[in-house]
Amino acid sequence: MATTSDTRAHGHDHAAHGHDDHGHDHKPGFVARWFFSTNHKDIGTLYLIFAVVGGLLGGILSEIMRAQLQFPNNHVVTEGQEWNTIITSHGLLMIFFSVMPALIGGFGNWFIPLMIGAPDMAFPRLNNISFWLLPPAFLLICIGLVMGESGSGWTLYPPLSNSTYESGMGMDCTLFALHLAGISSLLGSMNFIVTIFNMRAPGMTLHKMPLFIWSELVTAFLLVLAVPVLAGAITMLICDRNFGTAFFDPTGGGDPVLFQHLFWFFGHPEVYIMILPGFGIISHVISTFSKKPIFGYLGMVYAMVGIGVVGFVVWAHHMYLSGIDVDTRAYFMMATLVIAVPTGIKIFSWIATMWGGSIELKTPMLWAIGFLFLFTIGGVTGVVLANAGIDEAVHNTYYVIAHFHYVLSLGAVFSIFAGFYYWIGKMSGRQYPEFWGKVHFWMTFIGVNLTFFPQHFLGLSGMPRRYPDYPAAFAGWNYVSSIGSYISGCAFLVFLYVCFKTFTSKVPVADNYWGEGATTLEWTQTSPPAFHTYLEMPRIS
Amino acid sequence: MSSDAHGAPVLMGSGFKHPYHLPDPSPWPILGAFGAFLTLFGIVLASHYGNYVVLVLGTVTVLATMFFWWRDVLRESNTPGAHSVIVRLGLRYGMTLFIASEVMFFVGFFWSYFNFLIFPETQGNGQTVWPPSNVHTFDPFHLPLLNTMILLLSGTTVTWAHHCLLEGDRKGLVRGLGLTVLLGLTFTMCQAIEYSNAPFAFNGGGVYSSVFFLATGFHGFHVIVGTCFLAVCWFRARAGQFTPERHFGFEAAAWYWHFVDVVWLFLFICIYWYGAGQIAAE
Repeated sequence: MATTSDTRAHGHDHAAHGHDDHGHDHKPGFVARWFFSTNHKDIGTLYLIFAVVGGLLGGILSEIMRAQLQFPNNHVVTEGQEWNTIITSHGLLMIFFSVMPALIGGFGNWFIPLMIGAPDMAFPRLNNISFWLLPPAFLLICIGLVMGESGSGWTLYPPLSNSTYESGMGMDCTLFALHLAGISSLLGSMNFIVTIFNMRAPGMTLHKMPLFIWSELVTAFLLVLAVPVLAGAITMLICDRNFGTAFFDPTGGGDPVLFQHLFWFFGHPEVYIMILPGFGIISHVISTFSKKPIFGYLGMVYAMVGIGVVGFVVWAHHMYLSGIDVDTRAYFMMATLVIAVPTGIKIFSWIATMWGGSIELKTPMLWAIGFLFLFTIGGVTGVVLANAGIDEAVHNTYYVIAHFHYVLSLGAVFSIFAGFYYWIGKMSGRQYPEFWGKVHFWMTFIGVNLTFFPQHFLGLSGMPRRYPDYPAAFAGWNYVSSIGSYISGCAFLVFLYVCFKTFTSKVPVADNYWGEGATTLEWTQTSPPAFHTYLEMPRIS
Repeated sequence: MSSDAHGAPVLMGSGFKHPYHLPDPSPWPILGAFGAFLTLFGIVLASHYGNYVVLVLGTVTVLATMFFWWRDVLRESNTPGAHSVIVRLGLRYGMTLFIASEVMFFVGFFWSYFNFLIFPETQGNGQTVWPPSNVHTFDPFHLPLLNTMILLLSGTTVTWAHHCLLEGDRKGLVRGLGLTVLLGLTFTMCQAIEYSNAPFAFNGGGVYSSVFFLATGFHGFHVIVGTCFLAVCWFRARAGQFTPERHFGFEAAAWYWHFVDVVWLFLFICIYWYGAGQIAAE
């Protein structure tokens, strides 16, 4: 294998791989390369850039919210409708335009082909439309945000989202944005499944597939089965708003709770869609930096499959207070608690992987351990919330906010950063600054914990979510929480500085810069990999 | 892949060039995405301001993209080496997954329907009945039964075409496909007649008409899409582009047609028949 470590400058990549040196590494011109792309690496890069932009806007919105909530009777956001629009857009942006593009579109596109030894995705053109549907969707969300007309919350419940309470076109733009983002996810996930089933290198059986590939496979199946139900639900909502139907309107015989069922039949798998790829990344990072193979590989695989399957039959635990039957609640409570079992298998297997390992605390590993710690906290509060009786007390309070931010903005986002630091050398061919990476980690770790841990206390003492103001009794912890959010906001600036330092770095990295712990196929490629990789199929022994 | 002394991976070549199809950069995806944006934003503008310009522009862009993109795919299918055996297997997986997602789309509408059927809301007069007491429904054994027969028959004609194709009988293939397309058009026509005689209105007709028109309407849209798909296959069959060994385009169209057929059977049984109320005089 050729180990060309020179001339890695952007756009001047001569790093031809030993096996594919028959003139396939020429790149198309700028427009064809970035706008008409059929290359999984370039499309993955577009997704990652898009995720940063989405995360930046979503993050700015959360800073505005924390600024408003820093003091009681504050006037940063003057109108309730404005506030409602901000919380809606924050949620949708973070989910559909930051976490999913990063974990699925970004890392999935980059590393599924590289890890299974395939030259590209199964349907490279389809891959490109999956990406390009997102910027228009983003634009539609922004229209809803700027017009201040999408104040339903990200859950879009009618009547909050119907034409009586949100009569403007901004709400319709937000709903159609979800249609576009949904089509994007659907096409992308079909592409992923076909790629993984059809394009693995000879010898890579399903039970030899890296865990990241398994995580993306399960995620893709969840998307294929869950997203169309959301599409149906928002289609009905759009018809209710614009074409005089009565699906969710009791005066015409409709049922608003039906929307909640349809929404959460999508929405609950959606939370696993956001976390499963993170599970995959964390497995690789922990294994690499413990210099041990992952503990209980098969258990890890089938835990993810189990989470995926059970994730489809727990949706109504989001609806304990929607007036559902007490037996229904008992069932959904039981099913929800069952999910803690496969999740526990994963947590314990990660710890067992580290056990006795030769642990190296490089930046990706810090994020992975941070993930383990914080995701476990979020998981434990999830078990608390799964109990319908307790949920009656804390439903729609800041306890719920704290719970899902611990699993998402501290779980999924930590896994994104773990993946970023783990693979940025592979993707860019440049060395990230270790010191600033660690500063980024510690600032984020302190910031997010300061932001979200006090919200447990606020929730337990009864502070409801989605209000721009609160009684003075809640002032103390809200102040702490806001300070924490400013720290994590500054940490994001450190991240941007890390990106700047990395891309302007002159330090090239080796093919397998993590050494013996990194055992998957992408480490056999140059850093960055050639424009087309694996033109000769590798063989897995 | 094996490991060197340190356990790090070393790539081993298999000696085989990959058998996959890596298409060149293409302008259609980004154009299609732009068209999709115009279409959806156009619907918003049309419903709020009555302005249809953007909607028409968007629809034209989407249709043009579909035309050019699929033209490229058909050209590639005739390019030796592009659609290898394994690439065709990938296309089969892809079509299966696409149909699976379509099934889930209809699950949403059936879910709504059963939600209303099993737990009907009070009708204002204290009654909880389905269909709502003020709604007259279609006679399931009138046009709907005829439509069921038409679709089932079209399922047999497409199978006839398939067998002719496998036997290398192009004339029979073209005939079978042509009949299937005609039956599809007949179905759509019958649905149009039925809709125009509906004793309830989509707009403001309450929950029954909402779920009835959206479920059967999306089915009808899928019938039209399937008919177009089969019609393209008819032209391709006449041009001799299908062989007994290679005809995935035809198979995909047939799968899609059977899917549309099965959805109809569920609609017929659950909505028209089981959900029949007081029959409207036609």
